[in-house]
Amino acid sequence: MSLVIANGHVVDPASGLSETMDVLVADGRVREMGKSLRGDETLDARGLVVCPGLVDIQVHFREPGFESKETIATGSRAAARGGVTTVVTMANTNPPIDNAGLVELVTRRARETACIKVRPAACATKGMKGEELTEMAELKEAGAVAVTDDGRDIRSSAVMRRVLEYAGMVGLPYLAHCQDEDLSDGGTMHEGRHSMLMGVCGIPREAEEIRIDRNIRLAELAGAHIHIQHISTAGGVQIVRDAKRRGARVTAESAPHYWSLTAAAAMGFNTHAKMYPPLREEEDIAAIIAGFQDGTLDNIATDHAPHTRSEKDVEFQLAPFGIIGLETMLALTVTHLVRPGHITLEKAVALMTTGGAQVCSLEAGSLRVDGPADITVFDPEEQWTVTPADFGSKSANSPYLGTTLAGRVKHVFCDGRPVHTDKR
Amino acid sequence: MAGTTHAVWTRKDLVGIADLTREEIEMVLDAAPQFGAVSQRASGIKKVPLLQGRLVVLWFHEPSTRTRSSFELAAKRLSADTLAVASSTSSSVKGETLHDTLANIEAMRADITVIRHSCAGAPHLLAGSHRSHIINAGDGRHEHPTQALLDCYTMRESVRRRTGNPDATLDGVKVAIVGDVEHSRVARSDIHALLKLGAKVTVCGPSTLVPRELERYGVGVTHRLKEALEDADVVYSLRIQLERQAKALFPSLREYIKLFRIDAESLRHAPDHAIVMHPGPINRDLELSTEVADGPRSVILQQVTNGVAVRMAVMHLLANSGGAAR
Repeated sequence: MSLVIANGHVVDPASGLSETMDVLVADGRVREMGKSLRGDETLDARGLVVCPGLVDIQVHFREPGFESKETIATGSRAAARGGVTTVVTMANTNPPIDNAGLVELVTRRARETACIKVRPAACATKGMKGEELTEMAELKEAGAVAVTDDGRDIRSSAVMRRVLEYAGMVGLPYLAHCQDEDLSDGGTMHEGRHSMLMGVCGIPREAEEIRIDRNIRLAELAGAHIHIQHISTAGGVQIVRDAKRRGARVTAESAPHYWSLTAAAAMGFNTHAKMYPPLREEEDIAAIIAGFQDGTLDNIATDHAPHTRSEKDVEFQLAPFGIIGLETMLALTVTHLVRPGHITLEKAVALMTTGGAQVCSLEAGSLRVDGPADITVFDPEEQWTVTPADFGSKSANSPYLGTTLAGRVKHVFCDGRPVHTDKR
Repeated sequence: MAGTTHAVWTRKDLVGIADLTREEIEMVLDAAPQFGAVSQRASGIKKVPLLQGRLVVLWFHEPSTRTRSSFELAAKRLSADTLAVASSTSSSVKGETLHDTLANIEAMRADITVIRHSCAGAPHLLAGSHRSHIINAGDGRHEHPTQALLDCYTMRESVRRRTGNPDATLDGVKVAIVGDVEHSRVARSDIHALLKLGAKVTVCGPSTLVPRELERYGVGVTHRLKEALEDADVVYSLRIQLERQAKALFPSLREYIKLFRIDAESLRHAPDHAIVMHPGPINRDLELSTEVADGPRSVILQQVTNGVAVRMAVMHLLANSGGAAR
């Protein structure tokens, strides 16, 4: 059985392709790309963009341990809804993914239950305690594509240095959650006028920036590849820019909420606007956009962080950090980066495909003949209002409910199998 | 602001001053004197039947003597029944949620729920989705709206007495708030209320305890007490919470006293007519000297007396003309 995705605007950042053509899919692979192709079935993609399945290298699927928030099965459904066909799952589960057996558990559960490709990241330190190194060579052999203590920063600079040296030897990138917890000191939102008005303990930008700088410098000392996760501040972007200029092996990402919302969203004690790092201010959004434009930022990742309704429907101070993001990533990118003209559609697709794939050396994020048929078809113009029915996730902790966005995922294929079809 | 007396109270809850209009604040202040009079009746029968048969629940997650007593007395003088719900698990993550506790309270047919909680925003979390009228009696460092209302009422009374003008407002009145502004819900609510009422506010305290962002809202910020007091009509001393020093937010009580204490000496910089206020409880001779606290400029006990009247006014407005309880 073969399928022709016909007359779509095919965008493949890896090859620089951006033109109207057909894509022929058979046996889970792309067989041909060109004009007037024939197959058993045809999908009319006129007016739609056809691109590689998106890649998100920072998601929390919560399995094992927190299955009431999300599972690998439901998380992968959320991904498919958002046009994402490859994810890297974070290791702060319970137990944390800090040995090869647990990496194998995640990959096995993914094989059994996920409709998309799930690649685990593993802990950099045992129990994510920031003390002893994990057996990274074995973790890699078992299938880990990165090491990270995401959710926490490693407090000791000496331990961080050793982690980076060892990860560098093994050839795994370190995904760095940058936070000086001494400085953030129990803070739960951006420190500024909104935290002052709300009487909520703030987290100054510097709590993130100091550690971005420290962690990059230690990676330089170690000669290792470090990837800075979810940058939220103008200063953070500048630190990465300067480090790249001097030749550091650093890559960096930001998440859609950091360029589509500000700290003002937390007013009224909205726990769906509580995440780490916190939502910042307009000047930070401008700097993040500039970071995408000049290549300082390499990729978009969602930090998809599901929490149940009852966990979020509590006092602001007590609510867990994080929001879901897989289902809205593409639309927030189209709405806030592409449509206002900050970046081209091709660049946006690159940030959501090759960018993340390169960070973790994933075989994903490109459309080529004989490559896997991981394909996302979306309408860059279609407007839609976010409702809980749009979520594949087990949770619905999104600040975008009720928001109208442009850019809607229509069809998603993973290894040629349809994993999502828009029913609207 | 005559003419606003015809305005109608429409709010179901009182969770903060930030949401109120000037007219709403004045509605409470204008309603308070009649309730003050109830407490001073020559007959000795200090009660009116305005909330007869209603249930006011006092739900305090934080220790409080004065605010809780003031609310309880206010409810009783309105003839309401009161029920105190103590909760020792103020910020426990596990255990019953706020929603569940309030649902249980309301299942006992509470009409008004007065809540104090250590987490900013706790009353806001509840106000949107529950039936009873919620009154915020202090949430973390966020707001303490009835304190601000009784403070403004006390200031207005003083201005009216001093000027002999029974319609005088707080427009142009200069208020110096001194102490730990950063951690003070009283300061936040007072600042909101005073700015809405046209007063000029200056805050003063150690740089570690005064948020700089206040300047954005037209509040003067200084770290020199003399400067703050120079033209103040009202000197408002905040309580120094002793645990702050444990967190090393200022070097010593000794140095705090030297730089920021309101005492006879520092008050020399203030105009003769300036009154001295404090939300209580006072750390005697720390933020405020005994001679000033007990002296002729102090209106601290009037604040306490007015607190009952203002809280009666608030409960009456919410329960009898406010947005209907659901």
